[in-house]
Amino acid sequence: MNAASRNSSFAAGAVITGLFIAMALVSLYWTPFDPRALSIVDKLQAPNAHHWFGTDQLGRDVLSMIMVGARTSVGVASLSVIIGMLGVPLGLLAAARRGTIDELVTRGNDLIFAFPALLLAILMTAVFGPGAVNAIIAIGIFNIPVFARVTRAGALQLWTRDYALAARVAGKGPWRISWEHILPNLLGLLVVQGAIQFSLGVIAEAGLSYVGLSAQPPTPSWGRMLNEAQTLTALAPFLALFPGFAVLLFVLGLNLLGEGLRRRAERPS
Amino acid sequence: MTAPLLEIDDLSVGIGTMRIIKNLSLEVRAGEILGLAGASGSGKSMTALAVMQLLPQTATATGTVRLCGETLTDRSDAQMQQVRGRDVGMVFQEPMTALNPLMRIGDQVAETLRLHRAASAFEGRRSAREALDLVGLSGEQGALDRFPHELSGGQRQRVAIAMATVMAPPLLIADEPTTALDVIAQAQVLSVLRDLVRTRNMGLVLVTHDLAVIAQLADRVAIMQQGEIVEQGATAEVLRRPRMPYTATLVAAAELKPKSATRPPSSAAVLQACGITREYPRKRRTLWRAAPPLRAVDGVSLSVHAGETVGLVGESGSGKSSLLRVILALERAQSGQVRLLGEEFSSAKGANLRRLRRAVQAVFQDPYASFDPKWTVERLIGEPFFLLSSPPSEAERRRKVAVVLEQVGLSAADAQRLPQEFSGGERQRIAIARALITEPAVIVFDEAVSALDVLLREQILKLLAELAERLKLAYLFVSHDLHVIRALADRVYVMQKGRIVEEGLTEAVFASPRHAYTRALMAAAPKLQAN
Repeated sequence: MNAASRNSSFAAGAVITGLFIAMALVSLYWTPFDPRALSIVDKLQAPNAHHWFGTDQLGRDVLSMIMVGARTSVGVASLSVIIGMLGVPLGLLAAARRGTIDELVTRGNDLIFAFPALLLAILMTAVFGPGAVNAIIAIGIFNIPVFARVTRAGALQLWTRDYALAARVAGKGPWRISWEHILPNLLGLLVVQGAIQFSLGVIAEAGLSYVGLSAQPPTPSWGRMLNEAQTLTALAPFLALFPGFAVLLFVLGLNLLGEGLRRRAERPS
Repeated sequence: MTAPLLEIDDLSVGIGTMRIIKNLSLEVRAGEILGLAGASGSGKSMTALAVMQLLPQTATATGTVRLCGETLTDRSDAQMQQVRGRDVGMVFQEPMTALNPLMRIGDQVAETLRLHRAASAFEGRRSAREALDLVGLSGEQGALDRFPHELSGGQRQRVAIAMATVMAPPLLIADEPTTALDVIAQAQVLSVLRDLVRTRNMGLVLVTHDLAVIAQLADRVAIMQQGEIVEQGATAEVLRRPRMPYTATLVAAAELKPKSATRPPSSAAVLQACGITREYPRKRRTLWRAAPPLRAVDGVSLSVHAGETVGLVGESGSGKSSLLRVILALERAQSGQVRLLGEEFSSAKGANLRRLRRAVQAVFQDPYASFDPKWTVERLIGEPFFLLSSPPSEAERRRKVAVVLEQVGLSAADAQRLPQEFSGGERQRIAIARALITEPAVIVFDEAVSALDVLLREQILKLLAELAERLKLAYLFVSHDLHVIRALADRVYVMQKGRIVEEGLTEAVFASPRHAYTRALMAAAPKLQAN
């Protein structure tokens, strides 16, 4: 793989991802229309100069809804990645202490991995009630073992390096070595994993809100827009098209970004 | 006069604007062993890769390579795939990475065969057995069904040779085949190579920086310097009477002088290990029956006195590294104790442990893995300052780092650079600087010069001797290389299977080894000049 294609994948990913994040930020202050304003007179308009992406069955502006939906999507995915980062200290701990603690962390990971993620999310929202916060927690919990595993595997390898040994000869304990030597050398790996988990989070959020378990109406979300458009596909196909493309494009952008970051991290330094 | 098997004619290789090989011409005849020698970066390995047409994509090559009279240089990659393995076999330095860890060795050897001709599984297995026979690895039942991790380094390298020769190629190229091995494994691999060449009338190109290996094996030798062959001829002739100054330098560096005055220790012991036993638990055999632990170090006692250099010799797996970890208080021994400057070190804790650690520092084998790639040299060298109860101020730190950098022959300006910017030899100097920073009484070296070529090795050994003299340092020097130990150590311990089997003044041990294992080690070590 040559440098040009490495950079172009990274650049394309960064641009697409940046676009969606910008869209989510802009929606905080401005949307073309109020995404919650109903106007039955204007319902089911095809895309036109006034409503670029058309209007839905209640006359809401689809573009505005997509923009606010991006906010939900970015918010849920990024917060769940941050929760997942709890796995990093767990992985460092397991690699530094080995033995029983390692066994506990690894088996704990296996335990969480054994549950289908979506199923547990459904269970959680069934118990605690649907909503964006519960979706964040449900998706975040499944990110923890992913980060723990990646961290542990990478850290175990770094612990075999002579520089970890040299640091021990310099009297440093496992915590200090993890913090000063292991973690900085794992950052590249973790950033890449973060991008991957972010894109999986976007899909998971769309899935949960499709079945009505994430952000509740009237807060727009891509998954629910898809769900509502489903019954109207014959009448207004564009209604399903726009949120569908939004999910697709955002995930594609994140994956390209992750891929580009991975190649950068692999580049011999 | 038969036509040469391999002819390299006016070969030049460049990467970007750098010229790596310049107008190189070589010949190898059937049944002949050509040694290709030179320091690291002299273009030896590139020459080997050029024959196989395996140069990196960014490289441009001119000139011709002919094998059995046929030109290889104008062949497509698909055509070369036919040649590789069938007409030319290749063996690399690192036997661990050359084998697929998930494949049984018999299948790996047979794979080459089955790639080149439609051999049945049965035929493949039979040929694999024959090839492994030739490298002395078959015989017992189930030899073909073992996995690479079940073999020692030397055995793995012999499997790699079996893979390279199963098609009976007329030419074999071996790139540093024994550099990663200890002396006894090295002797076995070299004798396997020699027998293969004799029985099959094969040509062998042996690429190595170790002139002693070449002296043992090669009929002819070509000395490379900066991409050019500076001298070639019959091995004995070139090594005994080198015509070019560069060859003379190489030979002199390879021929380490035994340490002149070795004297019995007169001062007090700074480091003392008494009855160290280190065991590692093994996997349970069954749920009910625990396996006996692996005893890596078995009741070892040794001492290092002030200002003295002590050598510790043994093959891989003899327990040297485990012993070092116990001595450095990185691992706890099941029994025995380590005393440092007369104080108990092995069971020290907290502030006491840190205070004692200042007195013993270490230099490790691999100059590439010894440094965190994200830290500057200054920060790396200053890392042991952590052991001080009151860390020095920023300016004081900087000054001290500059002092040790100059002591090891680098400049104070190097402090702000990253370790990747330095060559292997320079990195080993940085590692020594890091060990010096706390002004220790003893420095422990774990195979610290094994990864360096002869010229760099000589420089580092000279530096170590100087530092020991000037700073009154004591060394514990662990190596499998008897020449290095002989050149540096006052006293020597020989370790086998976790025990010390012989100890004494270096000269006395080398002159009249008492233990059979010591004699075996010495017999296995390649010598530059035939006696």
